[in-house]
Amino acid sequence: MSGLPQTADYVRILPELVLSIFGIVVMLLEPLFDERRSQRTLGSIALIGSLVAIMASVFQAQNPGFAFWNMVRVDGFSVFFHVLVTTIAAVVILTSYEYMSVQRIRAGEYYGLILFGTVGMCLMSSAVELVLIFIALEISSISTYILAGFRRREAASSEASLKYFLLGSFATAFFLYGVALMFGATGSTNIDKISPALEQSTVPPLAYLAVALMFVGLGFKVASAPFHIWTPDVYEGAPAPIVGFMSTAPKAAAFAVLLRILFEANAPGRFWLIWFSAVLSMCLGNLGALVQTNVKRLLAYSSIAHAGYLLVAFAAAPEVGVSAAMFYTAAYAAMNVGAFAVISHFANAGEKYVTLDDYAGLGRRSPVLAATLTIFLLSLIGIPATGGFFAKFYVFSAALKADLVGLTIIGVINSAVAAYYYLRIIVVMYMRESREEIPVRGIPLGLGTALVVSLAATIYLGVLPGRVLDYALASANQLMQTPASAAAATVNPGR
Amino acid sequence: MNIETLSPFVLSLITFVPAGGALLLVLFPRRDRDIRLFALVVSLLAFILSLHLPAHLVRSQPGFQFEVNSQWITSPNIHYHMGVDGFSLWLVLLTTFLTPLCVLISWRIHDRVKEFFVLLLVLETALIGVFTALDLFLFYFFWEATLIPMALLIGIFGHERRVYAAVKFFLFTMIASVFMLAAILWLYAKVGSFDFVTIQNAIRTGQVSNFAAASLWLFLGFFAAFAVKVPLFPLHTWLPDAHVEAPTAGSVLLAGVLLKMGTYGMLRFNLGLFPEQSRRNAPWIMALALMGIIYGALVAMVQPNLKKLIAYSSISHLGFVVLGIFSFTGAGWDGAMFVMLAHGISTGALFMLAGILHERRHTYAIREFGGLATPMPIYAALFLFMVLSSVGLPLLNGFVGEFLVLSGTFRAHPVYGILGATGVIWSACYLLWMYQRVFFGKVTQEANSTLEDLNLFERAALWPTIVMALLMGVAPLLWLGVIDPAVRNALEPLARVASKMVGQ
Repeated sequence: MSGLPQTADYVRILPELVLSIFGIVVMLLEPLFDERRSQRTLGSIALIGSLVAIMASVFQAQNPGFAFWNMVRVDGFSVFFHVLVTTIAAVVILTSYEYMSVQRIRAGEYYGLILFGTVGMCLMSSAVELVLIFIALEISSISTYILAGFRRREAASSEASLKYFLLGSFATAFFLYGVALMFGATGSTNIDKISPALEQSTVPPLAYLAVALMFVGLGFKVASAPFHIWTPDVYEGAPAPIVGFMSTAPKAAAFAVLLRILFEANAPGRFWLIWFSAVLSMCLGNLGALVQTNVKRLLAYSSIAHAGYLLVAFAAAPEVGVSAAMFYTAAYAAMNVGAFAVISHFANAGEKYVTLDDYAGLGRRSPVLAATLTIFLLSLIGIPATGGFFAKFYVFSAALKADLVGLTIIGVINSAVAAYYYLRIIVVMYMRESREEIPVRGIPLGLGTALVVSLAATIYLGVLPGRVLDYALASANQLMQTPASAAAATVNPGR
Repeated sequence: MNIETLSPFVLSLITFVPAGGALLLVLFPRRDRDIRLFALVVSLLAFILSLHLPAHLVRSQPGFQFEVNSQWITSPNIHYHMGVDGFSLWLVLLTTFLTPLCVLISWRIHDRVKEFFVLLLVLETALIGVFTALDLFLFYFFWEATLIPMALLIGIFGHERRVYAAVKFFLFTMIASVFMLAAILWLYAKVGSFDFVTIQNAIRTGQVSNFAAASLWLFLGFFAAFAVKVPLFPLHTWLPDAHVEAPTAGSVLLAGVLLKMGTYGMLRFNLGLFPEQSRRNAPWIMALALMGIIYGALVAMVQPNLKKLIAYSSISHLGFVVLGIFSFTGAGWDGAMFVMLAHGISTGALFMLAGILHERRHTYAIREFGGLATPMPIYAALFLFMVLSSVGLPLLNGFVGEFLVLSGTFRAHPVYGILGATGVIWSACYLLWMYQRVFFGKVTQEANSTLEDLNLFERAALWPTIVMALLMGVAPLLWLGVIDPAVRNALEPLARVASKMVGQ
């Protein structure tokens, strides 16, 4: 626990460094440009930053191990989430180009905040020290609080931001309490040290409370019931590309933290916590979505339901469960970012067109966009040949492998119910004539690229899921290794 | 090149030629004539390729033929495993036979032509895939894949209440098939494979832990999905709506092929995987099938809507298939398979005929017609031929299958056989009465006196079905020769189960 950080330490936080540097550059350059030109230039810089960060994450994979006095652990698991989160950031930046100019929002801080938020999310997936996890969580949360309020002229957006901020801070406080109690119960805040302490025959009762409190904090971040109340309002008010961002990236990162705490640290008493939260999320999310007429709210409820499906994987056996959850986050990110990209294009100035009725006849007015959105929605339903299908499939088969028949049946019935409301959007787009002529703009290059990327990912995961799943399985096994042997295997030779 | 070398690839080719054609169509410019022609060529190509199957099938060899089996996804262990036997072979041919006819009968569609034919071809691929897949996962994949093109065909190209019908169709089948998915996942969790043959062997040799307790639920999981598709009374309510609102080609494929997915699934999966549970549950299933036969016929009798009448007659006919399947006799199974094919041809043709009338008068109401034999003599003649084939006139295709089913059922349960036989009488009643009201007598409506008789495309679509109906009635052995070995092969282990159950 002594000595200065070495080069290897910095390599293991390279993506975070890259993102921070680019974020600072964006902030510094912002006042130098005039308002019209800043938009495109700063966006491009941020895009390059996220692309470099993706490369840095891949490069980092060659260099697994601990860094900064065992606070950060780079392994297959963290690299997976790094790549996922940075890719989401890149795609969202691409979607934002057009949105920003249509909504006439000033650009500088926007792109900077996306990059800083991504730093926090990256760090969440690789931190193994609870205090560092808390700091990372705050970095990511504060960025998203501000981003949610970026449509400053709209009251709904400010409401979203404030609501998200107040409830979010409350939830992070819960998490912090959990950390403190865990320290009291086990004498450490490092996951790898907590784990052996919890494996002893008598688990201190305080640890149960600690796990429950941490679960509350993280449950808020992933929008799982009963901590989901904020979701519809915030998603409705926040800018559409940002909803695409915050419904996927921070969620993926929070799920990564949950996976680490629950499985790597072998948290006690987790099963029923997860079980109830999963069932509640699936049922409340789907029931809520059934009656929505605003597409953004509808997808907000759907995201609660999807958090429920994901939690089913948490209840299942460790290795298959972890890999299924990892696959699910990736597939969900692909389809949801894509869906929100279409929505943000279609919403037009002031986000005027976001109700179901506005989508009437979209199949005729804009066949390409409608077909793309249809594929994302089919994936959200879980129709074969899309990523969403395999995601659900892996989750439910993992649950059955652990003999969770009841949970699986609830999940399967829920996914059948969910088909109805996704289908409603498709039906409206294709089978109803539009009543008023809503302007349709051409698809600009940035949005087109974003759509192609998310479409390709959705279909790739639906047709050839093998490689991603194998990777997830391998890194899940790595995660499950006892920390002692993992530490022995990856001890830094430089020390 | 020796044509035999085609055998390992032929199933993949038949399955994916339509989808490939659909993909090319997407890139096509929107010139409607070329699109129609191209769709026709693609569907004919698939048909010609599928003729390879009966030509090169080795009849003496039991089990699956033309197999392809390669790893698709390593974990979970999913294979691209396809093959056909006597059960599935003719269903594949039925699909490839009906699709070109659907293209022909849809020649007059003018709105969104490209979308229509793309959906039709994608639907064909999914349907063929359902019948050829031998990996449960692959099967489920194609099974669900049929849903979307069909729902869109109904929802976009249908009649007034199309959206309601499309959503109802989608939800009924989707909700039922998730139960099948749960059952498939359970089997995978225990056996570690999705392969039909592997799972079947594992169950037979008793290697599946906890199977005895779960088998009833697994049986019901599969059965729910298939029963909705058939549709078995009382799960049939989606069918009349879907049929009435669907465009003609959609109705033809829906009645001709989609419903057979259900009965095929029962035969292949319910009986193939859970013979014991099938035996145990046969009484109530047969009772439901009988109710379907009689109820469908009675409701058909009072329908004022031509298309709805044919739809209810489908429920009645498919009841025969289920009755035959759960009679557990060789004759019953032969008959069930044969009814599936015969119903596909004759009901498909009846829907085309109804569609032709709708195109001219924009209504299906029977009372709007009357005396049509005068302005449309050829149409009336062909309609009569198809009505007779559907009624089950000897020497036409309907007779053979129903006779076999009833003789098989009679051997198993005489009372059921007798009740089932009344269904034949009912069908004569409602179909001939309908024919009388539509075609005989004087022309009652002014608009009907100048109706145009069949045009070239309509004749091209109808004549093949006429020829096929006659051929199947005169020489049923051409078909049964392939079906029967598969039936005997499948019955053999069932007999063992029966003796075991009696021995208990």
